[in-house]
Amino acid sequence: MKKHYTAPYIERNSAGNLNKYAHTTVVRHQDNIDGVPIKNLVEKYGTPLFVFSEKHIRRSYRRLLETIRIHYPKVEVVWSYKTNYLAAICNIFHQEGAAAEVVSRMEYEKARSNGIPGNRIYFNGPSKRKQDLQLAIQEGAYIHIDHLEELYLIENIADELAIKPKVAIRVNMDTGISPMWTRFGFNYENGEAYRTVQRLVSGGKIHLAGLHTHIGTFILDPNAYYWAATKLLNFAQTIKDNFGIVLEYIDMGGGFASSNTLIDQYTPGELASPSLDQYAEAIGAAFNASIYVKEHNPRLILETGRVLIDESGYLIASVLGKKNLPTGERAVILDAGVNINITAWWYKQRVLPTKPFPGTYQNTVFYGPLCMNIDVIRSAMPFPDLYYGDTVIISPVGAYNVTQWMQFIEYRPNVCLINETGEVDVIRFREDLSDITSREFIPDHLRQI
Amino acid sequence: MNTEQLMTLAVNKNGFVFDPENGISYTVNETGLFILQKLQSGVTKEEIIDFLTEEYEVTAKNAESDLDHFMAMLKALNLIEE
Repeated sequence: MKKHYTAPYIERNSAGNLNKYAHTTVVRHQDNIDGVPIKNLVEKYGTPLFVFSEKHIRRSYRRLLETIRIHYPKVEVVWSYKTNYLAAICNIFHQEGAAAEVVSRMEYEKARSNGIPGNRIYFNGPSKRKQDLQLAIQEGAYIHIDHLEELYLIENIADELAIKPKVAIRVNMDTGISPMWTRFGFNYENGEAYRTVQRLVSGGKIHLAGLHTHIGTFILDPNAYYWAATKLLNFAQTIKDNFGIVLEYIDMGGGFASSNTLIDQYTPGELASPSLDQYAEAIGAAFNASIYVKEHNPRLILETGRVLIDESGYLIASVLGKKNLPTGERAVILDAGVNINITAWWYKQRVLPTKPFPGTYQNTVFYGPLCMNIDVIRSAMPFPDLYYGDTVIISPVGAYNVTQWMQFIEYRPNVCLINETGEVDVIRFREDLSDITSREFIPDHLRQI
Repeated sequence: MNTEQLMTLAVNKNGFVFDPENGISYTVNETGLFILQKLQSGVTKEEIIDFLTEEYEVTAKNAESDLDHFMAMLKALNLIEE
């Protein structure tokens, strides 16, 4: 009988460069998602294939809500559409009780088509057009004002429709982190936010219902939320004292980090990213120390999408080929690239084989199918031998990919959802040529070639 | 292909490889050791592939691809030259 084969490997011996986190170099494998064998999913739906776990989504939502409630009970976690607006995914959150947070007309219409009434929609974003605002105001949505032109526009619409729109002022501020996000809303420290409220109140046409901030994305320092909440609550107190307005809610936006690891981050994400409890404690500490909160008990709103969905999404890809790089590293070409997994540019995602492999590992770079050098899913990581037709599973990919994916030279693939009883549904079907051509028009003189 | 540097390596049967010229040591796995020994005895690439498919459960195609990659690693480690 022939001997068992593993690919030949040579490694230079060196001492002193042990990983301080003592990460094991053994590459685990993952052959199922929620008990559904990956082999079956691949046979039935092909690759590349996005797979979402309903069980994990619901568990994440409940865990976030429960964790925040320990620190501040009057909380509402709304679903941030831009993170993932597949209707089935949105509806899981809506079934759990989440309202919708949208940032554009398209997202607004999507939320309405999912059955969310206007008065359960929070409309953020810097680019609301007049007709968008008219529709949203008519339907009773909360408008989060980003700039003064928007404020004037809302006043005009209020006159036209004879409605007093419900709004929040978007506030940006220094929370001790870098970069400081200053492009959304009005600055707190230089008094711009205060002057905006002054202007809004003097107009007398708009109902100021809340304050909103979005301090950034993938925030690794929970204290930033303490400072943001403290500043917003102080501002709410000032508004109460100077204008007699009691705000309904304080919206802390999003930005909680998932367990992904940023490209330039040395510490692995599962160690570096704060726990939900740390975020909750930071926000809770600010709320519970606030006199405004004791007197008026405002609703705390969170719109943090990534932490709710990132770990619930997987991408299964097949090996199309492999090659040897001049550096001595191995390159593997997958059928899924940054065209559908755009967050591979931000994170060192986990790539795992879908079956156990014996033997040693080689530094392997994972490329996608695009004709571009930047189509790298994962830079060199130790990985067992892969051959044509083998599959790998990439995660976490649940946030931002099925919204920011590009239709570039490839069709976008099937997206599946594994429900709580282990049944699988396709929640977005693989595209075909008609998806690409249906919006095109060929002028008469170009029809003959 | 210049395998002069390769010839000077001390290779033990457990896969410990020592370069007496610069004191650098390497570890090879079983298949790597198998190939290294064949290279040191002056066997051609085609013959190594035949040896591999006779000895191990591997197709010639995969063995060739892996051998190419192993040679690239040796080159990157300056153990062989084109």
